[in-house]
Amino acid sequence: MPDGATVQGIGASVLRKEDKRFLDGHGRYVADIVRPRMLEAAIVRSPTAHAEKLSVTKPDLEQQRVFTAEDMLSDGVKPIHVISKYPGHKPSDYPHLAIGKLRFVGEAVAVCLADTRAAAEDLATQTKISFDPLPAIVDMVDAAESPPALVHEQWGDNVILDSLFEEKASNLDRATVSVTRTFRMNRQAVNPLEGAAVLAEWDAREERLVVHSSSQIPHILKNALCECLGLRQNQVHVIAPDVGGGFGYKCVLIPEEIFIPWVAMQVKQPVRWIQDRREHLIAAANAREHHYSVTLHADTDGNFIGVEADIIVDSGAYSVYPHSNILESTMAGRTLHGPYKFSAYKVRSRAVATNKPPIVPYRGVARPGICFAMELAIDAMARKLGCEPYDLRMQNLVPSDAMPYKTITGGEFDSGDYQEALRRAGTLIDLKAVRSRQRQDEADGRLIGVGFGCYIEMTALQTSAAARAGLAAIPGYEQAHIRLTPDGGLEIGVGVQNHGQGMETTLAQVACERFGMDIAMVAIRHGDTATSPYSTGTYASRSMIMAGGAIARTCDVLGVQIRRIGAHLLQCEFDDTSIRDACVIGPSSAVTFAEIARVWHRNPEELPADVDPAGVEVTSGFRPSPDNSPFSYATHACVVRIDPELGHVELLDYVISEDCGTIVNPMIVDGQIIGGALQGVGTALYEESCYDADGQPLSSTFADYMMPGSTHLPNLRVDHLVTPSPLTEYGVKGLGEGGAIPPPAAIANAINDALRGYGVEVVETPVTPRRILEAIAGSKT
Amino acid sequence: MKPAKFEHQRMASLDEAVKALGNAEGETRVLGGGQSLGPMMNLRLAQPDVVLDLSKVEGLDGIEETGNAIRVGARVSHARIEDGEVPGKTGDYMQFVATGISYRSVRNRGTIGGSVAHADPSADWPSALLALGGSVTAAGGNGIRTISLDGFTVGPFSTGLGWDEILTGFELPVLGTDANWGYYKVNRKPGEFADAIGAVTLGVEARAVCGATESAPFRVTEIEERLASGVQEVSIAEVRDILDRYDAGFDDYELQIHAVALSRAVQGAFA
Repeated sequence: MPDGATVQGIGASVLRKEDKRFLDGHGRYVADIVRPRMLEAAIVRSPTAHAEKLSVTKPDLEQQRVFTAEDMLSDGVKPIHVISKYPGHKPSDYPHLAIGKLRFVGEAVAVCLADTRAAAEDLATQTKISFDPLPAIVDMVDAAESPPALVHEQWGDNVILDSLFEEKASNLDRATVSVTRTFRMNRQAVNPLEGAAVLAEWDAREERLVVHSSSQIPHILKNALCECLGLRQNQVHVIAPDVGGGFGYKCVLIPEEIFIPWVAMQVKQPVRWIQDRREHLIAAANAREHHYSVTLHADTDGNFIGVEADIIVDSGAYSVYPHSNILESTMAGRTLHGPYKFSAYKVRSRAVATNKPPIVPYRGVARPGICFAMELAIDAMARKLGCEPYDLRMQNLVPSDAMPYKTITGGEFDSGDYQEALRRAGTLIDLKAVRSRQRQDEADGRLIGVGFGCYIEMTALQTSAAARAGLAAIPGYEQAHIRLTPDGGLEIGVGVQNHGQGMETTLAQVACERFGMDIAMVAIRHGDTATSPYSTGTYASRSMIMAGGAIARTCDVLGVQIRRIGAHLLQCEFDDTSIRDACVIGPSSAVTFAEIARVWHRNPEELPADVDPAGVEVTSGFRPSPDNSPFSYATHACVVRIDPELGHVELLDYVISEDCGTIVNPMIVDGQIIGGALQGVGTALYEESCYDADGQPLSSTFADYMMPGSTHLPNLRVDHLVTPSPLTEYGVKGLGEGGAIPPPAAIANAINDALRGYGVEVVETPVTPRRILEAIAGSKT
Repeated sequence: MKPAKFEHQRMASLDEAVKALGNAEGETRVLGGGQSLGPMMNLRLAQPDVVLDLSKVEGLDGIEETGNAIRVGARVSHARIEDGEVPGKTGDYMQFVATGISYRSVRNRGTIGGSVAHADPSADWPSALLALGGSVTAAGGNGIRTISLDGFTVGPFSTGLGWDEILTGFELPVLGTDANWGYYKVNRKPGEFADAIGAVTLGVEARAVCGATESAPFRVTEIEERLASGVQEVSIAEVRDILDRYDAGFDDYELQIHAVALSRAVQGAFA
């Protein structure tokens, strides 16, 4: 443990500081905030997937309470326009309210205001829209290969970006065994407990727009508001209060975050819009949809030679701010290799536009798809070679003695023991026992299967990698602002956003560790652009690394200031002081932070004239140096039992062996992993946003869209390897997303293992009973 | 989503409710526990002008055994049935069914009468009660009448109730202490609506029901005949062949899961 460690520092299972308000019902979300004279908004949404010649007719008596794109255009509002620097990325506008064309069911067309939401919805039904229907582009493969129409006419096709990642392809000649498979991960919605929510008003006294939004990125939202509405930065104040889950859905701008504030400025009254679940399931069905044709090449001994793939990502109709519509396709194209050694790589990846909501970077971002494709291809290869899939993985994982390891596509794995994670998962799931159980038929006719999924996750995407990849949003340094308060406590401002991760606790633990102070004396302030340092926000599993690092570094700067004052009060040399237990320790005595703070803030007459006026309020920052990203990794393994008559899958056992570097709070880490894994189970088995051939969504309520529940996971067993990253403060690695990445791979592999007697495979998520029975039926024909 | 404007009228008595329904102008819906009508109104799939709320009407929440029948009031909640208030073997069967309906807070409010009158094809009671047999009682402008449960559910969200009638309760057969029953609901999550239902009772007569179809649940006479003749097992393949002869509109997957449900219901009856 580093110096100054306390029972509340790094590594302690501190109870969450947030628990009291949440458990007492004192959390405050946007929907809890009521302003005087506030109006409620309801949104007229497109009932059709694709149409032109849109025309909107406002209700006669309520013209002043209904707003359309024309109203916004005449006021000079600019659309969302996000293109990356990636060569060939085709540009498009994302209108806040539809103009001329309708491009997906659920697209916002008009906004209606009334004193209550019900009355606003009445207005919405009285607002009439007309249009000329166009053929809908529903399927991503059709969109790429044989489009029935064009989402954006000016492109001439529906391919947003066609990128080729090719390295040492000539080595493919060395392969002697190949397997080719086609995989599909279907579209789903993110479904945070709290949906999107926006409350906006013009504050005439402050002369600024105040926007409350359920957001992961309040500062980025502020940028967008300034850009679209033509406001100065000092005219916009964004507040993200308690946020009930984000998972990436809230790290992009949604049109409502622009047009609700704009409407509030028009009517000069506060306006609130609360997304309901139906709106979420229709207009925000926006995650995960990938298609893969993968060929895995190996030699006869099972050494992987190379991978060839053709990837299509359904990016939906528009390019989202700030991450664009090519984030997933380029990430999938570049990192399909996963944690394995390859000597040849040839992957084509296309992002295509369809008449569906624009894709967002949902927890895991592209990696659930590539992990699913690679890991199922590996099991197919093992079946072809007649070997144990576990052994084939062990043979091909990047070994620990190769760290740091340059990947074939130019990435760098910083640290870790991938094989040990697999080994431990194999031991925990007791692979040998499962294999021996499988040698006898189950008494009830059920089928048993075991499956593995390994992944790596680049966490806290860094500046130069983001710039190299041509990404639209490039993160830089992260800052923390720390004030030693007059009672000797700390108020810490960060620009990242806590939306359920317990960051008010874990970030405070960093300061506790640095100064050895009681966590009750440390408050983390966030979610308010007026009071927090600028930040690109919370996404990419970056907050603990970046904001945690910033707090650690800022504590160091602040610590010097505190020691200087302490040295004066102790009448000793600065070099003879140190900090422990929230005290400055001198050669013969100590002085508390509280005493130092009292003198600085309230009795400055006790300080010498040449004291540093910078005082005890410091902003500093952090970025890894070099600015590489730490890679987290894990192996998930599970045992399933299949009812072959109904196609139902039961998870009998599920284990995770993971490495997120140094663990800040074990309880919170386990919670993050278990929560992520349950979302991964949803992707694997339950969640699907279905569409008919005309692009009409068929999953618009929870009766038609199935979420996993607490009954759907056995008691997860989580095992931790701890390989501190050399790149970060305390060696932490990001872990927010990882849990959600490999469950589709591990579960589908277990299902295919159970079905091996039929000689069939499932190749599509979610693996529903229908898909399993159809696969089994396929073996009989 | 919030409901369109409607008038909420709390009824003090069954008489008042029947009169209000008979005299109503515009679309009128009767509210039991509100666990289906509520969400449908919020989604604006139902937009009644008037809602007649039965929650304060007395006399609709009784459970009593009268010799050869058990009377269950329309306003009896799933939770009371789950808690074993319906006596005897009939109660055992109904308790099993009720326990699988949604989750407890819905069961606390949702009512058996509301469920049958609503006639959602995926709900439990329309199928479960058809398999039990007996009758529905209804009050209307022309007084009280009894309607057989056979054929009561006509189709999705459609029953044999007249436009001016309110479902007041059920008269259900008393299953003997040695009677067998089996109920198998195919769904993917405890409490979800059913993808398929198989329901079997062997009381005075053998009844076998295929439920959670696209339309009304239906009795499968071929299986009833086999059960009546003492058969205690029907294979999935046999049920598939039998169900395939009904015009239920099943695709292959639906045929399979309905066959499994019925086969396992039979299996459950003799387990």
